[in-house]
Amino acid sequence: MTKKISTSTIISAALVVFLFALVFVLEKVMNPYSMLFVVLKKGAIYALVAVSMNLLNGFTGLFSLGQAGFMLIGAYTYAIFTIPADQRLSVYQYFDGGIIDFSIPVIPALILAGLAAAFFAFLIGLPVLRLKSDYLAIATLGFAEIIRAFFQWDALGPVTNGSNLLKKFPTFDSTIFPFAVAGICIALIVMLINSSYGRAFKAIRDDEIAAEAMGINLFKHKEMAFVISSFFAGVGGALLAMYQTTVQAMAFKSAMTYEILLIVVIGGIGSVTGSVIASFLFIACSEWWLRFLDTETFIGAWQVPLLRSGFRKVVFAVIIMAVVLFYRQGIMGNREFSVDRLLKKRQKFIEKQAAKKASKEGR
Amino acid sequence: MAKNVLKLDHITMQFGGVVAVNDLSMEVNEHEIVALIGPNGAGKTTAFNCVTGVYEPTNGMISFYGEPMVCNHPQGKMKKLYKGQYYDEFNKVISPTPDQITKLGIARTFQNIRLFKSLTVFENVLIAKHMRAKQNVFSATLRLNAKEEQRMREEAMALLEEQNLAHLKDEIAGSLPYGLQRRLEIARALATDPKLLLLDEPAAGMNPQETKELTDFIVQVRDKYGIAILMIEHHMDLVMAIAERIYVLDFGKLIASGTASEVQDNPDVINAYLGVDEDE
Ligand SMILES: Nc1ncnc2c1ncn2[C@@H]1O[C@H](COP(=O)(O)OP(=O)(O)OP(=O)(O)O)[C@@H](O)[C@H]1O
Ligand SMILES: [Mg+2]
Repeated sequence: MTKKISTSTIISAALVVFLFALVFVLEKVMNPYSMLFVVLKKGAIYALVAVSMNLLNGFTGLFSLGQAGFMLIGAYTYAIFTIPADQRLSVYQYFDGGIIDFSIPVIPALILAGLAAAFFAFLIGLPVLRLKSDYLAIATLGFAEIIRAFFQWDALGPVTNGSNLLKKFPTFDSTIFPFAVAGICIALIVMLINSSYGRAFKAIRDDEIAAEAMGINLFKHKEMAFVISSFFAGVGGALLAMYQTTVQAMAFKSAMTYEILLIVVIGGIGSVTGSVIASFLFIACSEWWLRFLDTETFIGAWQVPLLRSGFRKVVFAVIIMAVVLFYRQGIMGNREFSVDRLLKKRQKFIEKQAAKKASKEGR
Repeated sequence: MAKNVLKLDHITMQFGGVVAVNDLSMEVNEHEIVALIGPNGAGKTTAFNCVTGVYEPTNGMISFYGEPMVCNHPQGKMKKLYKGQYYDEFNKVISPTPDQITKLGIARTFQNIRLFKSLTVFENVLIAKHMRAKQNVFSATLRLNAKEEQRMREEAMALLEEQNLAHLKDEIAGSLPYGLQRRLEIARALATDPKLLLLDEPAAGMNPQETKELTDFIVQVRDKYGIAILMIEHHMDLVMAIAERIYVLDFGKLIASGTASEVQDNPDVINAYLGVDEDE
């Protein structure tokens, strides 16, 4: 480990800068309502949530199905604390303007959103993660269902607005915002994965009993992974609220969790870059490229068969089955796309060429 | 006199109605190589699991350097089911988790190798350094204490070099040949800086040549790190060659103990190994 900044780091940093510059320029020159920006915004948000799920499912070996629930908590926390004080009367019209009469800035609210989700995860983890067998999936799925009903409960109206929409909180226009927030969060998750704690998580994933024998406290580390994963799901939920400009508990169905799980599986369980790539692909397909499947189409007087509302879902189901049957590793397996790897590959290629040349000349 | 490292006092481990370890008392002293032998299913691995906190013994006490480390007596449902001996002195309950016991200084290997298969050889060893690292999840993630990580890496690398595994450091552990996996597992256990090393059938699946090498290796490890070693082993030539004392288990009960020659000539041991039925 040298202190020198390696070539790959410089190239990676340059790539990131280039990406942001590209998004910035595209927003200036293209129609801001282009589908491309929908995909980029939503894709970035889903990428964050998918990576947070992968931290748990792919890197710690814990199977959680609570992503939608934690996103809901994040989205609500963000909305509740950022609606401007003078708008509250109109938002909480059935609840006398609600009980909160202040608002906090966007960035602290995003962090608070994560903390709220993390707190619920902490409470769920306390009993569930002590059990040896995998009750986490059931517990989190149940939690997500209950929390959705709970937030719509009328008695909580002064806080959650019951089953009514929350709106008029600060949102974003530029794609740069979700890119920056998701980018920072994903970078933090990657740094965690590459730290000593990340190694401990992977050890638990590979073999719990051996990990324990290496002095790793299972409960503490599982709880930590679960809480951190939920924190970022909460931030993702807040971003989704900003993107949608309104929040309603009904929208955070378990179907959302399955979408994210699908992204993680398609991208490759245990690959961060896989999750990111798969998120953008998935959102591009579901929002844009495969939309035509849902619209009845006529070529002249001839109606194209099968195309009607809902057909997209069928095609998705087929894709999932195909992935699970023939492409179980997903796009990336458990590898990562990295400049470092590419450079190494190039190096090897050059060496091979040189060796070939040398052997030819030797003859 | 050599200091006592590990002491088992009347340990009984009962699963439901099955008494896997029955009133076992034994000890390991500093710098000693001790063997625990016995036919298949005698309860040897179960005894290891009691020492390492994988199981909570039903009754008895285990001390480490004279300090009570594990202690239990039949409780709850087990009170009715219990078939073993009762002793009054085990009235308190001490039941540490395996990671706490590893931290105290007891490391182990497993009968069926348990490596972190998808991680590299280096990472497998590096993980052992995690438990004692001065860091928390924030400082580690944000690289606030790069020196600590550096130190962990250097220690792990030094150990790999001592164990002649350095050239394999970037190999995926699961892809190593069997013999090397066994060696890596021992290296990984040593990386936790133990005072006592428990080896569960280290020579399993090895040919005579490899077994011979392992025999020398175990003695080297003991001398180099100045630790005590307790091993379960079926290869008698290995056991007879290096074990200073031997404990023999049969059906969970201690049937003999002593030096190699004492144990070898014990009629109970011969019976147990030849499977002679006492009724016949
Ligand atoms: N978790 C458990 N639940 C129930 N019975 C168990 C459990 N663990 C071990 N046993 C039983 O305890 C007995 C002793 O098993 P153990 O694995 O300790 O034997 P061993 O001496 O290590 O044998 P081997 O030489 O085959 O490894 C066996 O009869 C086994 O079935
Ligand atoms: Mg055994």
